[in-house]
Amino acid sequence: MGTRQLELEVMRYDPEKDEAPHFQTYSVPCNEDWVILDAINYVKDNIDTTLAYRWSCHMMVCGSCGMMVNGEPVLTCKTFVRDLPDKVRIEPLENFPIERDLVVVLDDVMQKLHQVQPYIVRKDEPPEDVEYKQTRGQLMKFKQLTMCINCMCCYAACPQYGLNKDFIGPAALALAHRYNLDNRDQGKSDRLDILADHDGVWECSFVGACSEVCPKHVDPAAAIQQMKVDGAVEFWKQRLGIPGDKS
Amino acid sequence: MSRRPYVREMSKTTWYMRNGRYRVYVLRELSSFLVAFYVFLIIYALSVLAAGSAVQWNSFLASQQGVGMIVFHGLALLYFLFYQTFPWFKLAPKAMPIQVGENKVADSKIIGAHYLVWIVVTAVIFWLAGVI
Repeated sequence: MGTRQLELEVMRYDPEKDEAPHFQTYSVPCNEDWVILDAINYVKDNIDTTLAYRWSCHMMVCGSCGMMVNGEPVLTCKTFVRDLPDKVRIEPLENFPIERDLVVVLDDVMQKLHQVQPYIVRKDEPPEDVEYKQTRGQLMKFKQLTMCINCMCCYAACPQYGLNKDFIGPAALALAHRYNLDNRDQGKSDRLDILADHDGVWECSFVGACSEVCPKHVDPAAAIQQMKVDGAVEFWKQRLGIPGDKS
Repeated sequence: MSRRPYVREMSKTTWYMRNGRYRVYVLRELSSFLVAFYVFLIIYALSVLAAGSAVQWNSFLASQQGVGMIVFHGLALLYFLFYQTFPWFKLAPKAMPIQVGENKVADSKIIGAHYLVWIVVTAVIFWLAGVI
């Protein structure tokens, strides 16, 4: 298997020394079957041990290694060297503050994920000694949305989040929709206040970039548009005094 | 060791220049100006018609039949098709997915249904207008 010399332009930022981020170039001999994460690991192991970045599983499960590669938010464990030109620019995910080098601060989205109550909310007593029943058809309504690994590539792609940090954003809204669609959940009305608020679904203008970059094909843009339809239907139901579909 | 996160602000005026995806989005949104233009054009046409003057109506029709206006309408139609109609039809299954039993109806069927309705409505309008 042949090797190829790849020029990696990596954004560096040391909060103790640098006023602003700058680029540092590394020349990396890559195997053709390498992903970008392998090339970054090569730099860390052989050229520059000070480079800071996140990664864990190397198999598209943990969602830690999201970065901008040539301007596109991607999982670096899924981005093959063979699909890229000889010069590759690697930056931390856009729209997030940079903690150090390629590591970003995710506190804001963590708080937003928490805000949408991403768990099953029950108003009545849980059934005793029996599980909540769910048919395959009921599961298929939201299964795609459970694939999210919180890599936050969607937030890096979203111009609305870039311009307005109060926007709840794609992954958190998709997760809220996942629970709203779950037949075992009764928390839809609790989530409505946040979702229908100014910074909820209506802040999304359907650029669709989140869905295009999503490495797990979750399609958050679709979830948000469905929530807009839901929200409008609920609004008219309330106006007309018709009870909602889920309490 | 102290934390000092570096914030990169997105430019409020040039953000859409960042990539092709944003540019296509902005072009789609800009087509709303054409929608507004055609709304005003129809309101104006109706007001001329309501005034009941054949001379005024004929001069309005003549104003729309000049080469410049025909080229404009042609370009507007192309712009509309590529940045409004086709993209929105493509996105329709996202906003309105249909599940029958356990399976989702294929996107192509939902998109196809939109095109079918579009063609039927267009044909009805052409028929009412006496074109076909």
